[in-house]
Amino acid sequence: MIAVETYASADQAATALHGDAVFLGGGTLIMRAVNYGDLKTERIVRSTDPAMKSISTSGERISIGAAATMSDVMLNPQLAFLAPVARSIGGPAVRNMATVGGNLFASHPYGDFAVALLALDGRVSVAGSGEEDLGAFLARRSSFSGVVTEVSIARPATGDFRYRKVSRIKPKGVSVMSLAAWLPRSGGRLSGARVAFGAMGNTPVRANGVERALEGANLDVSGIAEALRAVRTDLQPPDDPIASSWYRSEVAPVHLRRLLLDEEVS
Amino acid sequence: MAKVPVRFTLNGRETALFVDGGANLLDVLRRGAGDLSPKYGCGQGTCGTCTVLVDGEAHLSCLTLAEIIEGRSVSTVSGLSNGPDLHALQTCFMENFAAQCGYCTSGMLMAAKALLDTNPNPTRDEVIEAISGNLCRCTGYEPIIDAILLAAERGQGNRSPSYGSAR
Repeated sequence: MIAVETYASADQAATALHGDAVFLGGGTLIMRAVNYGDLKTERIVRSTDPAMKSISTSGERISIGAAATMSDVMLNPQLAFLAPVARSIGGPAVRNMATVGGNLFASHPYGDFAVALLALDGRVSVAGSGEEDLGAFLARRSSFSGVVTEVSIARPATGDFRYRKVSRIKPKGVSVMSLAAWLPRSGGRLSGARVAFGAMGNTPVRANGVERALEGANLDVSGIAEALRAVRTDLQPPDDPIASSWYRSEVAPVHLRRLLLDEEVS
Repeated sequence: MAKVPVRFTLNGRETALFVDGGANLLDVLRRGAGDLSPKYGCGQGTCGTCTVLVDGEAHLSCLTLAEIIEGRSVSTVSGLSNGPDLHALQTCFMENFAAQCGYCTSGMLMAAKALLDTNPNPTRDEVIEAISGNLCRCTGYEPIIDAILLAAERGQGNRSPSYGSAR
């Protein structure tokens, strides 16, 4: 039988999270493992810390509590640019449960929200520890033991953030890939662009070659041509029942072009 | 290991149960409270047939840790009808042949109720979005969408006095 321990603060929960105990957020990942007998522990730790639900948009960066749900994000008018990302995560019932923090741990091909956070220079706060780069965190997430308390992101200027989720099923389906880009411009040219992909690796990943190719480029057909070439070699997508690695690599330039040029798809 | 006491409101009625540690809400409703209206489908949040309302919000009961509903309000399909009088959504599902095998129906109805409770006049796209987490392998969805739109048109809060014998 599983023991569930509930703590009032994230710090207390983090302290209790020793051995093989797991932390429960919204339940969409952990309870699934419980239902299928895949949970390799008899201890579940959770926290009711209200700070983990808070969303702060008043500072230079935006902070989103790890326990904020996809629905919380959609309901916050200051996060309107992230609403399409949150809406792409499951149906309403999933969005009422699934948390921002939990999405960082969603295995391939899930975790589309983390793709957006990665493109927006996401930084992860861990209870009892400091802040760390989301990309580095994702790279070590399989061995992570602790409590993520919040994720902070840059505040994109209007129109500088783009997101698309590519799926074979309408209106909702698992990602063939998801793409997010933060496209700051200086003097009309791209400067410090960040482009992230989901379902194109074991975790959400940045496309470093694409970002280098976009530096100083115009956001038009000729300006992004080198980036579209770079994306073919930038990522090593896995095979899975949704799509083969070859297919994902072949269509990545098409979807990247649509993303960068904000093209309508019929 | 000791069971855990959980008190909550189920379809307006105070309910208190002892639950196993790590039990999900669906098991507690079906085996503990004897409410068989929410169904077990996939157990992983894909099919939506276990959808119930927790404090008015759609939740997947198979992925909800039972212990977190302490002090909260849970609504299921069995609380929709008022004795022999069906809810407008149930009547409209019947009139539109929106149920065939019926396995998805309880989840569809609760997803629709969550929508109409907050948005009494949804567009067709909003209805599609509202049931986008619920799978139906029989109807092709169109009759379900039409039924929800019809219920909205009629005012989903109105209960139908007809079909009393059809429960």
